[in-house]
Amino acid sequence: MSTPAIEILGLTKDYPIGFWGKQVRRSLDALTLEVEEGEIFGFLGPNGAGKTTTLKLLTGLIFPTSGTARVRGRSIDDIGMHREIGYLPEQPYFYDYLTARELLDYYARFSNYTSRDRRERVSRLLERVGLTSAADVQLRKYSKGMLQRAGIAQAILDEPQVVLLDEPMSGLDPVGRYEVRDIILELKRQGRTVFFSTHILSDAEMLCDRVAVLAGGKLQGVGAPGEIVSLEVHAMDILFELPPGYDVPPALRKSVTRIGARCRLEVPEAELYTTLDELRRFEARILSVSPVRPTLEDYFLRLVGERRADSHGVEASVR
Amino acid sequence: MTTTPVPVALNTFREAVRDRVLYNLIFFALLMMGAAILVGQISIGIDRLVIINLGLASISLIGLVMAIFIGVGLVSKEIEKRTLYSLLARPIRRWEFLLGKYAGLLLTLAVNTSFMTLGLAAALYWVGRPLVRADALVLVAVYFILLELALVTALALFFSCFSSPMLSTLFTLGIYITGCFAGDIRAFGEITENPAMKTFTRVLYYLIPNFHNFNVIAAASHGERIPISLVAHNTLYALLYMALLLVAASAVFSGRNLK
Repeated sequence: MSTPAIEILGLTKDYPIGFWGKQVRRSLDALTLEVEEGEIFGFLGPNGAGKTTTLKLLTGLIFPTSGTARVRGRSIDDIGMHREIGYLPEQPYFYDYLTARELLDYYARFSNYTSRDRRERVSRLLERVGLTSAADVQLRKYSKGMLQRAGIAQAILDEPQVVLLDEPMSGLDPVGRYEVRDIILELKRQGRTVFFSTHILSDAEMLCDRVAVLAGGKLQGVGAPGEIVSLEVHAMDILFELPPGYDVPPALRKSVTRIGARCRLEVPEAELYTTLDELRRFEARILSVSPVRPTLEDYFLRLVGERRADSHGVEASVR
Repeated sequence: MTTTPVPVALNTFREAVRDRVLYNLIFFALLMMGAAILVGQISIGIDRLVIINLGLASISLIGLVMAIFIGVGLVSKEIEKRTLYSLLARPIRRWEFLLGKYAGLLLTLAVNTSFMTLGLAAALYWVGRPLVRADALVLVAVYFILLELALVTALALFFSCFSSPMLSTLFTLGIYITGCFAGDIRAFGEITENPAMKTFTRVLYYLIPNFHNFNVIAAASHGERIPISLVAHNTLYALLYMALLLVAASAVFSGRNLK
Protein backbone atom coordinates (compact mmCIF):
# COMPACT_ATOMS: atom_id res chain seq x y z
CA MET A 1 0.00 0.00 0.00
CA SER A 2 1.40 3.39 -0.95
CA THR A 3 2.10 6.12 1.60
CA PRO A 4 -0.63 8.75 1.69
CA ALA A 5 0.35 12.21 0.46
CA ILE A 6 -1.05 13.72 3.65
CA GLU A 7 -1.84 11.81 6.81
CA ILE A 8 -3.47 13.77 9.64
CA LEU A 9 -3.72 11.91 12.92
CA GLY A 10 -5.87 13.41 15.67
CA LEU A 11 -4.65 16.97 15.13
CA THR A 12 -5.97 19.26 17.82
CA LYS A 13 -5.23 22.93 18.29
CA ASP A 14 -6.24 24.98 21.32
CA TYR A 15 -5.59 28.69 21.72
CA PRO A 16 -5.46 30.23 25.17
CA ILE A 17 -7.86 33.12 25.61
CA GLY A 18 -8.23 35.80 28.25
CA PHE A 19 -5.51 37.77 30.03
CA TRP A 20 -4.15 34.82 32.01
CA GLY A 21 -4.80 32.32 29.24
CA LYS A 22 -6.62 29.97 31.57
CA GLN A 23 -9.42 29.37 29.12
CA VAL A 24 -8.88 27.81 25.74
CA ARG A 25 -10.64 28.03 22.43
CA ARG A 26 -10.48 24.81 20.46
CA SER A 27 -9.78 25.65 16.85
CA LEU A 28 -9.35 22.11 15.63
CA ASP A 29 -10.68 19.03 17.32
CA ALA A 30 -8.95 15.68 16.78
CA LEU A 31 -8.91 15.88 13.00
CA THR A 32 -8.02 12.60 11.34
CA LEU A 33 -7.80 12.51 7.58
CA GLU A 34 -5.88 10.93 4.71
CA VAL A 35 -5.24 12.41 1.31
CA GLU A 36 -3.98 10.06 -1.38
CA GLU A 37 -1.17 10.80 -3.82
CA GLY A 38 -2.39 12.56 -6.95
CA GLU A 39 -5.73 13.57 -5.47
CA ILE A 40 -7.36 16.97 -5.63
CA PHE A 41 -8.78 17.27 -2.17
CA GLY A 42 -11.18 20.05 -1.18
CA PHE A 43 -11.39 21.29 2.36
CA LEU A 44 -14.72 22.98 2.98
CA GLY A 45 -16.13 24.85 5.91
CA PRO A 46 -17.45 28.22 7.06
CA ASN A 47 -15.27 30.92 8.59
CA GLY A 48 -13.71 29.71 11.82
CA ALA A 49 -14.19 26.05 10.91
CA GLY A 50 -10.50 25.26 11.30
CA LYS A 51 -9.43 25.09 7.63
CA THR A 52 -6.65 27.67 7.86
CA THR A 53 -5.59 26.24 11.23
CA THR A 54 -5.15 22.83 9.58
CA LEU A 55 -3.08 24.28 6.75
CA LYS A 56 -0.92 26.26 9.18
CA LEU A 57 -0.34 23.14 11.25
CA LEU A 58 0.71 21.24 8.13
CA THR A 59 3.15 23.99 7.15
CA GLY A 60 4.63 24.32 10.64
CA LEU A 61 3.47 27.90 11.16
CA ILE A 62 1.66 26.84 14.32
CA PHE A 63 2.17 23.80 16.53
CA PRO A 64 -0.43 21.20 17.48
CA THR A 65 -1.74 20.88 21.02
CA SER A 66 -1.96 17.15 20.37
CA GLY A 67 -1.88 14.78 17.43
CA THR A 68 0.47 14.81 14.49
CA ALA A 69 0.56 14.78 10.72
CA ARG A 70 2.81 13.45 7.99
CA VAL A 71 3.35 14.62 4.45
CA ARG A 72 4.56 11.83 2.15
CA GLY A 73 5.63 9.92 5.23
CA ARG A 74 7.61 12.79 6.77
CA SER A 75 6.52 14.30 10.04
CA ILE A 76 5.49 17.95 10.04
CA ASP A 77 8.26 18.51 12.61
CA ASP A 78 10.85 17.44 10.03
CA ILE A 79 12.38 20.39 8.14
CA GLY A 80 12.81 18.04 5.13
CA MET A 81 9.00 17.81 4.90
CA HIS A 82 9.00 21.41 3.68
CA ARG A 83 10.74 20.29 0.47
CA GLU A 84 7.62 18.28 -0.37
CA ILE A 85 5.14 21.14 -0.07
CA GLY A 86 4.19 24.39 -1.72
CA TYR A 87 1.89 26.73 0.19
CA LEU A 88 -0.37 29.60 -0.74
CA PRO A 89 -1.55 31.44 2.40
CA GLU A 90 -5.03 32.93 2.64
CA GLN A 91 -5.11 36.49 1.23
CA PRO A 92 -1.39 36.40 0.51
CA TYR A 93 0.68 39.48 1.09
CA PHE A 94 4.22 39.70 -0.10
CA TYR A 95 7.12 42.15 0.16
CA ASP A 96 5.49 45.02 -1.67
CA TYR A 97 8.78 46.73 -2.52
CA LEU A 98 9.68 43.77 -4.76
CA THR A 99 8.47 43.05 -8.26
CA ALA A 100 6.89 39.65 -8.97
CA ARG A 101 10.09 38.58 -10.74
CA GLU A 102 12.22 39.62 -7.77
CA LEU A 103 9.86 37.89 -5.34
CA LEU A 104 10.03 34.56 -7.18
CA ASP A 105 13.79 34.93 -7.62
CA TYR A 106 14.12 35.52 -3.87
CA TYR A 107 12.16 32.37 -3.02
CA ALA A 108 14.08 30.38 -5.63
CA ARG A 109 17.36 31.29 -3.92
CA PHE A 110 16.46 28.90 -1.09
CA SER A 111 16.53 25.95 -3.47
CA ASN A 112 20.09 25.85 -4.81
CA TYR A 113 19.23 26.44 -8.48
CA THR A 114 21.86 27.85 -10.76
CA SER A 115 21.24 31.50 -11.62
CA ARG A 116 20.29 30.55 -15.18
CA ASP A 117 17.87 27.86 -14.01
CA ARG A 118 16.41 30.31 -11.53
CA ARG A 119 15.83 32.93 -14.22
CA GLU A 120 14.21 30.46 -16.59
CA ARG A 121 12.03 28.93 -13.89
CA VAL A 122 10.82 32.35 -12.74
CA SER A 123 9.99 33.49 -16.29
CA ARG A 124 8.16 30.24 -17.01
CA LEU A 125 6.02 30.55 -13.89
CA LEU A 126 5.24 34.21 -14.48
CA GLU A 127 3.97 33.24 -17.90
CA ARG A 128 2.02 30.31 -16.46
CA VAL A 129 0.08 32.56 -14.07
CA GLY A 130 -0.35 35.35 -16.62
CA LEU A 131 1.92 37.91 -14.99
CA THR A 132 4.59 38.29 -17.69
CA SER A 133 3.52 41.82 -18.62
CA ALA A 134 3.49 42.90 -14.95
CA ALA A 135 6.59 40.94 -13.96
CA ASP A 136 8.68 44.04 -13.33
CA VAL A 137 6.03 46.07 -11.55
CA GLN A 138 6.30 46.42 -7.77
CA LEU A 139 3.79 44.26 -5.91
CA ARG A 140 2.40 47.31 -4.07
CA LYS A 141 0.80 48.25 -7.40
CA TYR A 142 -0.82 44.83 -7.86
CA SER A 143 -4.54 44.16 -7.55
CA LYS A 144 -5.78 41.45 -5.18
CA GLY A 145 -6.19 39.03 -8.07
CA MET A 146 -2.66 39.66 -9.33
CA LEU A 147 -1.26 39.08 -5.84
CA GLN A 148 -3.17 35.81 -5.72
CA ARG A 149 -1.52 34.75 -8.99
CA ALA A 150 1.92 35.70 -7.70
CA GLY A 151 1.07 33.64 -4.62
CA ILE A 152 0.18 30.61 -6.68
CA ALA A 153 3.39 31.01 -8.67
CA GLN A 154 5.52 30.97 -5.51
CA ALA A 155 3.60 27.95 -4.20
CA ILE A 156 4.46 25.84 -7.25
CA LEU A 157 7.90 27.37 -7.84
CA ASP A 158 9.84 24.34 -6.63
CA GLU A 159 7.50 21.81 -8.27
CA PRO A 160 6.40 20.37 -4.92
CA GLN A 161 4.63 17.01 -4.78
CA VAL A 162 1.99 18.36 -2.41
CA VAL A 163 0.44 21.76 -3.01
CA LEU A 164 -1.49 23.37 -0.15
CA LEU A 165 -3.73 26.24 -1.21
CA ASP A 166 -5.72 28.32 1.25
CA GLU A 167 -8.69 29.85 -0.59
CA PRO A 168 -6.92 29.98 -3.97
CA MET A 169 -9.95 31.37 -5.84
CA SER A 170 -10.50 34.19 -3.36
CA GLY A 171 -10.47 37.62 -4.96
CA LEU A 172 -10.21 36.35 -8.52
CA ASP A 173 -12.46 37.35 -11.38
CA PRO A 174 -14.08 34.58 -13.50
CA VAL A 175 -11.09 34.47 -15.86
CA GLY A 176 -8.69 34.26 -12.95
CA ARG A 177 -10.73 31.48 -11.36
CA TYR A 178 -10.75 29.58 -14.62
CA GLU A 179 -6.97 29.92 -14.86
CA VAL A 180 -6.45 28.73 -11.29
CA ARG A 181 -8.74 25.75 -11.92
CA ASP A 182 -6.67 25.02 -14.99
CA ILE A 183 -3.44 25.16 -12.95
CA ILE A 184 -4.90 22.82 -10.32
CA LEU A 185 -5.97 20.33 -13.00
CA GLU A 186 -2.54 20.56 -14.62
CA LEU A 187 -0.91 19.80 -11.26
CA LYS A 188 -3.11 16.72 -11.00
CA ARG A 189 -2.10 15.64 -14.53
CA GLN A 190 1.52 15.92 -13.41
CA GLY A 191 0.73 13.51 -10.57
CA ARG A 192 0.86 16.07 -7.79
CA THR A 193 -1.49 16.24 -4.84
CA VAL A 194 -3.52 19.39 -4.34
CA PHE A 195 -5.12 20.11 -0.98
CA PHE A 196 -7.14 23.28 -1.02
CA SER A 197 -9.63 25.06 1.19
CA THR A 198 -12.45 26.96 -0.40
CA HIS A 199 -15.77 28.65 0.16
CA ILE A 200 -16.68 28.33 -3.50
CA LEU A 201 -18.47 25.03 -3.51
CA SER A 202 -19.01 24.87 -7.25
CA ASP A 203 -15.24 24.89 -7.67
CA ALA A 204 -14.92 22.03 -5.19
CA GLU A 205 -17.63 20.04 -6.99
CA MET A 206 -15.97 20.67 -10.33
CA LEU A 207 -12.39 19.92 -9.32
CA CYS A 208 -12.20 17.63 -6.33
CA ASP A 209 -11.78 13.88 -6.26
CA ARG A 210 -12.79 14.06 -2.63
CA VAL A 211 -13.83 16.71 -0.17
CA ALA A 212 -13.89 17.03 3.60
CA VAL A 213 -16.35 19.27 5.39
CA LEU A 214 -15.26 20.91 8.61
CA ALA A 215 -17.44 22.89 11.03
CA GLY A 216 -16.50 24.18 14.46
CA GLY A 217 -13.13 22.49 14.24
CA LYS A 218 -14.69 19.05 13.78
CA LEU A 219 -14.74 16.90 10.71
CA GLN A 220 -18.32 16.45 9.48
CA GLY A 221 -17.78 14.19 6.53
CA VAL A 222 -15.30 13.01 3.90
CA GLY A 223 -15.93 11.56 0.49
CA ALA A 224 -16.38 12.21 -3.20
CA PRO A 225 -18.69 15.19 -3.73
CA GLY A 226 -21.27 12.75 -5.21
CA GLU A 227 -21.04 10.40 -2.26
CA ILE A 228 -21.56 13.17 0.23
CA VAL A 229 -24.69 14.48 -1.39
CA SER A 230 -26.19 11.14 -2.47
CA LEU A 231 -27.54 10.51 1.01
CA GLU A 232 -29.89 13.45 0.63
CA VAL A 233 -33.64 13.19 -0.19
CA HIS A 234 -34.29 14.02 -3.83
CA ALA A 235 -37.01 16.24 -5.28
CA MET A 236 -38.30 16.89 -8.83
CA ASP A 237 -38.23 20.18 -10.66
CA ILE A 238 -41.00 20.87 -13.19
CA LEU A 239 -40.83 23.75 -15.67
CA PHE A 240 -44.12 24.49 -17.50
CA GLU A 241 -46.14 27.09 -19.42
CA LEU A 242 -49.88 27.68 -19.18
CA PRO A 243 -51.98 28.58 -22.21
CA PRO A 244 -53.45 32.11 -22.28
CA GLY A 245 -56.42 32.48 -19.99
CA TYR A 246 -55.41 29.65 -17.69
CA ASP A 247 -54.20 30.16 -14.15
CA VAL A 248 -52.07 27.91 -11.95
CA PRO A 249 -54.12 25.13 -10.36
CA PRO A 250 -55.23 26.33 -6.88
CA ALA A 251 -53.64 23.30 -5.16
CA LEU A 252 -50.21 24.20 -6.57
CA ARG A 253 -50.43 27.97 -6.36
CA LYS A 254 -48.40 28.28 -3.16
CA SER A 255 -45.46 26.26 -4.47
CA VAL A 256 -45.11 27.79 -7.92
CA THR A 257 -42.48 30.36 -8.81
CA ARG A 258 -43.25 32.48 -11.87
CA ILE A 259 -40.40 33.40 -14.23
CA GLY A 260 -41.98 35.56 -16.93
CA ALA A 261 -44.45 33.38 -18.82
CA ARG A 262 -42.96 30.23 -17.36
CA CYS A 263 -43.59 28.59 -14.03
CA ARG A 264 -41.29 26.46 -11.90
CA LEU A 265 -42.42 23.95 -9.35
CA GLU A 266 -40.46 21.70 -7.02
CA VAL A 267 -42.27 18.67 -5.64
CA PRO A 268 -41.28 15.55 -3.72
CA GLU A 269 -40.47 12.66 -6.05
CA ALA A 270 -43.47 10.66 -4.78
CA GLU A 271 -45.87 13.43 -5.83
CA LEU A 272 -44.48 13.85 -9.34
CA TYR A 273 -47.17 12.01 -11.34
CA THR A 274 -50.11 13.44 -9.36
CA THR A 275 -48.74 16.93 -9.98
CA LEU A 276 -48.20 16.27 -13.69
CA ASP A 277 -51.82 14.97 -13.97
CA GLU A 278 -53.04 18.15 -12.30
CA LEU A 279 -51.02 20.34 -14.67
CA ARG A 280 -52.25 18.41 -17.69
CA ARG A 281 -55.81 18.99 -16.52
CA PHE A 282 -55.08 22.71 -16.87
CA GLU A 283 -53.56 22.11 -20.35
CA ALA A 284 -50.12 23.14 -19.14
CA ARG A 285 -47.23 22.66 -21.55
CA ILE A 286 -44.53 20.75 -19.67
CA LEU A 287 -41.15 22.09 -20.72
CA SER A 288 -38.91 19.96 -18.52
CA VAL A 289 -38.91 17.59 -15.61
CA SER A 290 -35.61 17.10 -13.87
CA PRO A 291 -34.49 15.52 -10.65
CA VAL A 292 -33.20 17.94 -8.06
CA ARG A 293 -29.97 16.52 -6.79
CA PRO A 294 -28.99 18.46 -3.69
CA THR A 295 -25.68 20.19 -4.27
CA LEU A 296 -22.67 20.21 -2.05
CA GLU A 297 -23.77 23.71 -1.19
CA ASP A 298 -27.08 22.43 0.23
CA TYR A 299 -25.22 19.86 2.29
CA PHE A 300 -22.77 22.47 3.46
CA LEU A 301 -25.44 25.01 4.40
CA ARG A 302 -27.44 22.38 6.30
CA LEU A 303 -24.34 21.39 8.26
CA VAL A 304 -23.49 24.95 9.07
CA GLY A 305 -27.09 25.65 10.09
CA GLU A 306 -27.09 22.68 12.46
CA ARG A 307 -23.72 23.71 13.79
CA ARG A 308 -24.85 27.25 14.52
CA ALA A 309 -27.96 25.98 16.29
CA ASP A 310 -26.03 24.02 18.86
CA SER A 311 -22.56 25.54 18.88
CA HIS A 312 -22.94 28.19 21.60
CA GLY A 313 -20.58 27.41 24.43
CA VAL A 314 -19.00 24.42 22.75
CA GLU A 315 -15.83 26.16 21.65
CA ALA A 316 -14.79 27.55 25.00
CA SER A 317 -13.91 25.33 27.89
CA VAL A 318 -12.02 25.83 31.12
CA ARG A 319 -8.56 24.35 31.09
CA MET B 1 27.40 25.69 7.17
CA THR B 2 23.96 26.81 6.04
CA THR B 3 23.68 29.55 3.42
CA THR B 4 19.95 30.05 3.97
CA PRO B 5 20.32 33.31 5.96
CA VAL B 6 22.18 34.96 3.05
CA PRO B 7 19.15 35.65 0.78
CA VAL B 8 17.14 36.77 3.84
CA ALA B 9 19.93 39.19 4.80
CA LEU B 10 20.27 40.58 1.29
CA ASN B 11 16.51 41.03 1.04
CA THR B 12 16.43 42.86 4.39
CA PHE B 13 19.14 45.19 3.09
CA ARG B 14 17.20 45.70 -0.15
CA GLU B 15 14.07 46.54 1.85
CA ALA B 16 15.96 49.20 3.82
CA VAL B 17 17.34 50.71 0.62
CA ARG B 18 13.94 50.74 -1.11
CA ASP B 19 12.25 52.16 1.98
CA ARG B 20 14.70 55.05 1.62
CA VAL B 21 16.28 54.39 5.01
CA LEU B 22 19.65 55.51 3.68
CA TYR B 23 18.22 58.97 2.98
CA ASN B 24 19.46 59.87 6.47
CA LEU B 25 22.90 60.11 4.81
CA ILE B 26 21.77 63.30 3.11
CA PHE B 27 20.95 64.79 6.51
CA PHE B 28 24.33 63.67 7.85
CA ALA B 29 26.18 65.12 4.84
CA LEU B 30 24.41 68.47 5.28
CA LEU B 31 25.21 68.43 9.00
CA MET B 32 28.90 67.75 8.36
CA MET B 33 29.12 70.39 5.62
CA GLY B 34 27.41 72.96 7.85
CA ALA B 35 29.61 72.08 10.82
CA ALA B 36 32.79 72.24 8.76
CA ILE B 37 31.93 75.68 7.39
CA LEU B 38 30.78 77.02 10.75
CA VAL B 39 33.64 75.59 12.80
CA GLY B 40 36.22 77.30 10.58
CA GLN B 41 34.65 80.65 11.41
CA ILE B 42 34.02 80.39 15.15
CA SER B 43 36.77 78.22 16.59
CA ILE B 44 40.52 78.53 16.75
CA GLY B 45 42.50 75.36 17.08
CA ILE B 46 39.62 73.15 18.22
CA ASP B 47 38.09 72.53 14.81
CA ARG B 48 39.25 68.92 14.81
CA LEU B 49 37.77 68.33 18.29
CA VAL B 50 34.39 69.80 17.35
CA ILE B 51 34.13 68.02 14.01
CA ILE B 52 35.09 64.61 15.46
CA ASN B 53 32.80 64.99 18.47
CA LEU B 54 29.86 66.11 16.37
CA GLY B 55 30.51 63.53 13.64
CA LEU B 56 30.88 60.53 15.95
CA ALA B 57 27.92 61.57 18.11
CA SER B 58 25.77 61.88 14.98
CA ILE B 59 26.97 58.52 13.62
CA SER B 60 26.10 56.92 16.95
CA LEU B 61 22.72 58.61 17.30
CA ILE B 62 21.57 58.00 13.72
CA GLY B 63 22.73 54.38 13.94
CA LEU B 64 20.95 53.95 17.24
CA VAL B 65 17.66 55.28 15.88
CA MET B 66 17.95 52.95 12.88
CA ALA B 67 18.93 49.93 14.99
CA ILE B 68 16.04 50.36 17.39
CA PHE B 69 13.27 51.41 15.05
CA ILE B 70 14.08 48.98 12.25
CA GLY B 71 15.20 46.27 14.67
CA VAL B 72 11.91 46.11 16.58
CA GLY B 73 10.04 45.63 13.30
CA LEU B 74 12.33 42.94 11.88
CA VAL B 75 10.11 40.07 13.01
CA SER B 76 6.87 41.73 14.09
CA LYS B 77 6.40 43.44 10.71
CA GLU B 78 6.82 40.14 8.88
CA ILE B 79 4.23 38.52 11.16
CA GLU B 80 1.82 41.42 10.99
CA LYS B 81 2.01 41.60 7.19
CA ARG B 82 2.05 37.80 6.91
CA THR B 83 5.02 37.93 4.52
CA LEU B 84 6.58 35.30 6.74
CA TYR B 85 4.04 32.57 5.99
CA SER B 86 5.11 31.68 2.48
CA LEU B 87 8.76 31.93 3.53
CA LEU B 88 8.61 29.65 6.56
CA ALA B 89 6.59 27.06 4.62
CA ARG B 90 9.87 26.50 2.72
CA PRO B 91 12.74 24.45 4.14
CA ILE B 92 13.96 27.36 6.27
CA ARG B 93 14.53 26.97 9.98
CA ARG B 94 13.29 29.81 12.12
CA TRP B 95 16.73 30.53 13.55
CA GLU B 96 18.08 30.81 9.99
CA PHE B 97 15.40 33.39 9.22
CA LEU B 98 16.26 35.35 12.38
CA LEU B 99 19.97 35.22 11.65
CA GLY B 100 19.31 36.48 8.11
CA LYS B 101 17.15 39.36 9.32
CA TYR B 102 19.78 40.28 11.90
CA ALA B 103 22.63 40.13 9.39
CA GLY B 104 20.58 42.19 6.91
CA LEU B 105 20.08 45.02 9.37
CA LEU B 106 23.75 44.86 10.42
CA LEU B 107 24.72 45.15 6.76
CA THR B 108 22.45 48.20 6.42
CA LEU B 109 23.96 49.78 9.54
CA ALA B 110 27.50 48.98 8.38
CA VAL B 111 26.94 50.55 4.94
CA ASN B 112 25.26 53.57 6.51
CA THR B 113 28.02 53.99 9.10
CA SER B 114 30.73 53.59 6.43
CA PHE B 115 29.27 56.39 4.34
CA MET B 116 28.92 58.61 7.40
CA THR B 117 32.55 57.89 8.34
CA LEU B 118 33.60 58.95 4.84
CA GLY B 119 31.55 62.11 5.33
CA LEU B 120 33.33 62.76 8.63
CA ALA B 121 36.73 62.24 6.97
CA ALA B 122 35.73 64.66 4.21
CA ALA B 123 34.68 67.25 6.81
CA LEU B 124 38.01 66.85 8.63
CA TYR B 125 39.82 67.35 5.34
CA TRP B 126 37.65 70.39 4.55
CA VAL B 127 38.61 72.23 7.74
CA GLY B 128 42.00 72.58 6.20
CA ARG B 129 44.35 70.07 7.65
CA PRO B 130 45.71 66.80 6.30
CA LEU B 131 44.58 63.61 7.99
CA VAL B 132 47.06 62.55 10.69
CA ARG B 133 47.86 59.28 12.43
CA ALA B 134 45.72 60.24 15.45
CA ASP B 135 42.68 60.37 13.16
CA ALA B 136 42.86 56.57 12.99
CA LEU B 137 41.35 56.70 16.49
CA VAL B 138 38.14 57.82 14.80
CA LEU B 139 38.04 54.44 13.08
CA VAL B 140 38.36 52.68 16.44
CA ALA B 141 35.50 54.81 17.79
CA VAL B 142 33.42 53.96 14.71
CA TYR B 143 34.21 50.28 15.21
CA PHE B 144 32.96 50.53 18.81
CA ILE B 145 29.82 52.30 17.60
CA LEU B 146 29.22 49.41 15.19
CA LEU B 147 29.66 46.90 18.03
CA GLU B 148 27.22 48.91 20.11
CA LEU B 149 24.70 49.01 17.25
CA ALA B 150 25.06 45.25 16.74
CA LEU B 151 24.23 44.73 20.40
CA VAL B 152 21.27 47.11 20.31
CA THR B 153 19.97 45.39 17.17
CA ALA B 154 20.22 41.99 18.88
CA LEU B 155 18.26 43.38 21.83
CA ALA B 156 15.58 44.85 19.55
CA LEU B 157 15.36 41.58 17.60
CA PHE B 158 15.03 39.59 20.81
CA PHE B 159 12.14 41.72 22.06
CA SER B 160 10.46 41.82 18.66
CA CYS B 161 10.17 38.01 18.81
CA PHE B 162 7.53 38.18 21.52
CA SER B 163 6.26 41.71 22.04
CA SER B 164 4.71 44.56 20.09
CA PRO B 165 6.95 47.12 18.30
CA MET B 166 6.06 49.80 20.85
CA LEU B 167 6.94 47.65 23.86
CA SER B 168 10.07 46.38 22.11
CA THR B 169 11.16 49.98 21.53
CA LEU B 170 10.59 50.84 25.18
CA PHE B 171 12.43 47.75 26.42
CA THR B 172 15.39 48.23 24.06
CA LEU B 173 15.68 51.94 24.72
CA GLY B 174 15.35 51.38 28.48
CA ILE B 175 18.10 48.77 28.51
CA TYR B 176 20.31 50.93 26.31
CA ILE B 177 19.99 53.96 28.58
CA THR B 178 20.51 51.82 31.70
CA GLY B 179 23.52 50.19 30.00
CA CYS B 180 25.08 53.59 29.35
CA PHE B 181 25.09 54.16 33.10
CA ALA B 182 26.38 50.68 33.98
CA GLY B 183 29.49 52.12 35.62
CA ASP B 184 27.43 54.48 37.78
CA ILE B 185 25.11 51.65 38.81
CA ARG B 186 28.11 49.64 40.00
CA ALA B 187 29.59 52.65 41.81
CA PHE B 188 26.27 53.27 43.55
CA GLY B 189 26.20 49.62 44.70
CA GLU B 190 29.66 50.03 46.22
CA ILE B 191 28.82 53.08 48.30
CA THR B 192 25.38 52.01 49.51
CA GLU B 193 25.02 50.42 52.97
CA ASN B 194 21.85 48.56 52.08
CA PRO B 195 22.75 44.88 51.35
CA ALA B 196 19.62 44.34 49.22
CA MET B 197 20.48 47.35 47.09
CA LYS B 198 24.09 46.16 46.84
CA THR B 199 22.92 42.78 45.49
CA PHE B 200 20.39 44.39 43.17
CA THR B 201 22.88 46.80 41.61
CA ARG B 202 25.46 44.01 41.23
CA VAL B 203 22.95 41.72 39.48
CA LEU B 204 21.79 44.59 37.27
CA TYR B 205 25.37 45.52 36.41
CA TYR B 206 26.19 42.01 35.24
CA LEU B 207 22.82 41.39 33.57
CA ILE B 208 22.48 44.40 31.31
CA PRO B 209 24.94 45.10 28.50
CA ASN B 210 27.56 47.65 29.50
CA PHE B 211 27.28 50.27 26.76
CA HIS B 212 29.45 52.70 28.70
CA ASN B 213 32.60 50.81 27.63
CA PHE B 214 31.81 51.35 23.93
CA ASN B 215 31.88 55.12 24.17
CA VAL B 216 35.38 56.38 23.28
CA ILE B 217 34.25 59.49 21.40
CA ALA B 218 35.95 61.86 23.87
CA ALA B 219 39.22 59.89 23.73
CA ALA B 220 39.15 59.83 19.92
CA SER B 221 38.49 63.56 19.64
CA HIS B 222 41.30 64.39 22.05
CA GLY B 223 43.70 62.02 20.31
CA GLU B 224 44.12 59.90 23.43
CA ARG B 225 45.44 56.38 23.03
CA ILE B 226 42.80 53.62 23.11
CA PRO B 227 44.34 50.43 24.55
CA ILE B 228 44.25 47.38 22.32
CA SER B 229 43.06 45.37 25.32
CA LEU B 230 39.87 47.48 25.33
CA VAL B 231 39.33 46.69 21.63
CA ALA B 232 39.74 42.96 22.32
CA HIS B 233 37.57 43.14 25.45
CA ASN B 234 34.75 45.05 23.75
CA THR B 235 34.83 42.76 20.71
CA LEU B 236 34.59 39.59 22.78
CA TYR B 237 32.00 41.12 25.09
CA ALA B 238 29.77 42.22 22.20
CA LEU B 239 30.13 38.87 20.38
CA LEU B 240 29.23 36.89 23.49
CA TYR B 241 26.26 39.08 24.33
CA MET B 242 25.00 39.02 20.71
CA ALA B 243 25.30 35.23 20.60
CA LEU B 244 23.33 34.90 23.85
CA LEU B 245 20.61 37.25 22.64
CA LEU B 246 20.33 35.52 19.26
CA VAL B 247 20.08 32.08 20.88
CA ALA B 248 17.41 33.39 23.25
CA ALA B 249 15.54 35.05 20.36
CA SER B 250 15.69 31.80 18.35
CA ALA B 251 14.41 29.78 21.30
CA VAL B 252 11.47 32.14 21.79
CA PHE B 253 10.65 32.47 18.10
CA SER B 254 10.98 28.75 17.31
CA GLY B 255 8.14 27.94 19.68
CA ARG B 256 5.88 30.79 18.67
CA ASN B 257 2.56 30.14 16.92
CA LEU B 258 2.21 32.40 13.89
CA LYS B 259 -1.53 32.97 14.18
